[in-house]
Amino acid sequence: MSHDNHGGTKKIWIVFWILLALTTVEVVLGIYKPVSYDILKWTFIILTLVKAYYIVAYFMHVKHETKSFAWTLALPTFILIPYLLFILLTEASDLI
Amino acid sequence: MGAKATTESVWRGGVKPYNASYGKMMMWFFLLTDALTFSGFLGAYGFARFKYAEIWPVAENVFTHFPGIQGDQPLIYVALMTFILIMSSVTMVLAVHHGKNMDTKKVAWWMGFTVLGGVIFLGSQAWEWMHFIHGTAEGALQLADGSIAKVIAAGTEVMGQTYNFDVLRLGAEKFITDPTIIATLTANAEHIYGANMVANEYGLPQFANFFFFITGFHGFHVFTGVVLNLIVFINVLFGTYEKRGHYEMVEKVGLYWHFVDLVWVFVFTFFYLV
Repeated sequence: MSHDNHGGTKKIWIVFWILLALTTVEVVLGIYKPVSYDILKWTFIILTLVKAYYIVAYFMHVKHETKSFAWTLALPTFILIPYLLFILLTEASDLI
Repeated sequence: MGAKATTESVWRGGVKPYNASYGKMMMWFFLLTDALTFSGFLGAYGFARFKYAEIWPVAENVFTHFPGIQGDQPLIYVALMTFILIMSSVTMVLAVHHGKNMDTKKVAWWMGFTVLGGVIFLGSQAWEWMHFIHGTAEGALQLADGSIAKVIAAGTEVMGQTYNFDVLRLGAEKFITDPTIIATLTANAEHIYGANMVANEYGLPQFANFFFFITGFHGFHVFTGVVLNLIVFINVLFGTYEKRGHYEMVEKVGLYWHFVDLVWVFVFTFFYLV
């Protein structure tokens, strides 16, 4: 365990507050629906991806792994998941 | 340093790829495949949800209960569940942090809190399932063609008018107010309550199928995580990792536990918000 010096628990709590704030924003938007559904839908998806980034980077520590390891994990995710979703959502719509 | 020496040390496990331990790396690769599985599920859900956009139940009209409070409380309960899981993710990362400093007592405390958070989350999910399966007191009519109609009691205002007989509501806002059509539709209708794999009083049965399958699969992950966390917690209490000289096991179950939280973030968005 070489690089375990990340300055106490302050960073952890900052990430917690970020996640809590983003979730609160999502819930408030979900209850009051101030804008159209299309805008709302993409807002939710973007906020979710931001939350996912914080969890993976800080809680799961990828930010402190080697660059090559981070890319090994990121590339399959960023290539295969969009591809899978494309197949499911776009191609399968011919079945309707 | 010839090529031979390098090869030898690789085969003896002397080289750590990416400077990560074998166990940690394999946990990551497992999580990567698991992420693809969940993407497949949520993608299939998204497909069905937009294919049947007009008649798909809106989650916030389905999950409206909060313990101890009467009336409609959309999203609040599931927001609380999300908070519990995020919180237990924080306690987990704190356990990992103190593990690196070899602070057994603090690791034990935070691992304990993590287990507790997981158990509370599972209990919350059971409560949510129970309400979904039991449904509302008034239930709904399943018409002969399989569609769901809510019965609106006589005297309730419907689109600015009141009727002295029960009218029907199809989907979110399609009202049937013609007595002869109502009589035809209800002739072979069946009264159903709650949701199961074949019928769903809130709308399409597919919604219930996806709900049970995806939240069930996630719940199973949470359950597995709680069991693993508990085993590690007990090992911390027995001083197993103290003797071993490092707390990497806490880190590995930590990765799994954060992944469970990560999946829930997506389930929350796609099931309850979008």
